[in-house]
Amino acid sequence: MIVAKRKPFEEIKEMIKDYKKVLNVGCGTCVAVCLAGGEKEVAVLNAEIDMARKLDNNPVELGAQTVERQCDHEYLEELDDIVGDYDAIISMACGVGIQFLAERFPDIPVYPGVDTTGMSANQAVGWYEERCRSCGQCVLGMTAAICPVTMCAKGLYNGPCGGTNQGSCEIAMDQDCAWFRIYERLERQGRLKEIIEYTPPVEWNDQVPRTLIQPGYKKPEKAKES
Amino acid sequence: MRIDYPANIKIIRLPCTGKIDVIHLLRAIQKGADGVYVVGCLEGTCHYNEGNYRARERVDHVRMLLEEIGLESDRVRMYNLSSGEGPTFAAYAKEMTEHIRSLGPNPLKASAKV
Repeated sequence: MIVAKRKPFEEIKEMIKDYKKVLNVGCGTCVAVCLAGGEKEVAVLNAEIDMARKLDNNPVELGAQTVERQCDHEYLEELDDIVGDYDAIISMACGVGIQFLAERFPDIPVYPGVDTTGMSANQAVGWYEERCRSCGQCVLGMTAAICPVTMCAKGLYNGPCGGTNQGSCEIAMDQDCAWFRIYERLERQGRLKEIIEYTPPVEWNDQVPRTLIQPGYKKPEKAKES
Repeated sequence: MRIDYPANIKIIRLPCTGKIDVIHLLRAIQKGADGVYVVGCLEGTCHYNEGNYRARERVDHVRMLLEEIGLESDRVRMYNLSSGEGPTFAAYAKEMTEHIRSLGPNPLKASAKV
């Protein structure tokens, strides 16, 4: 899932220092599961802002609203009648949610409450490890399901660099060398000959915003015109 | 045992300190409490294995948040004792009360909505 971490308090406080009425919008999906931007984290941030602003003799009126997903018009609609009362909005959703919320309410300044850190797996409560960079051209089939784009510090597609060091990466001993792990797993599965398959240079189609329409969901031409 | 402890302390009972959340401790301070302390079982004796360790993590996190907000982090503390230690409970209550008195009242008290 998409994971994020709460922005430093000072940064958030500085962004909203001139506003007297601020709505804090949480997102009830990915960032709620990763304990960064759900209903509870909205309450914690609001408590912090409330106390800090009172101590600064600059009180602020705060609203709290958590929607199911901020990356979906259906759920943002719930905010239509509320946002007009506020000078600014803090969004605790991932970068997608923040932008989508800001698009829906273009007259109101929207500020991020979290830093989106990537797509990760849940190792334990509150512990997330990145596994995918959503490069748009998956090579996991030939790399024994270990992603070299994410795991290799250089994102190499065709084998390790000279910095591979007995299973570790040259950047840090506790960072696995992706290609060492790929070699290990391919060998274990008796697929080692596949390691010589060559991946041509990628098209870097992740340099522009991508749009995805799932098969069967393309809007019929007739409906689009009407 | 009938041991006295300071009367200004309000006890909120929990099934386990592992139930404590950051927002509970923050809300207490936000609403004007001068200090909050969590009393958990002795480390290593948690019936749920790690409830008191989790509580300590959260207490430490709240202490960091209070610093960021501009309040003394030492208004929130964690103590550990076993359920058989009545005198220690009273001693910690006294220690915390004296400590908070030395810090003075919560500056948010005037504006707090109770």
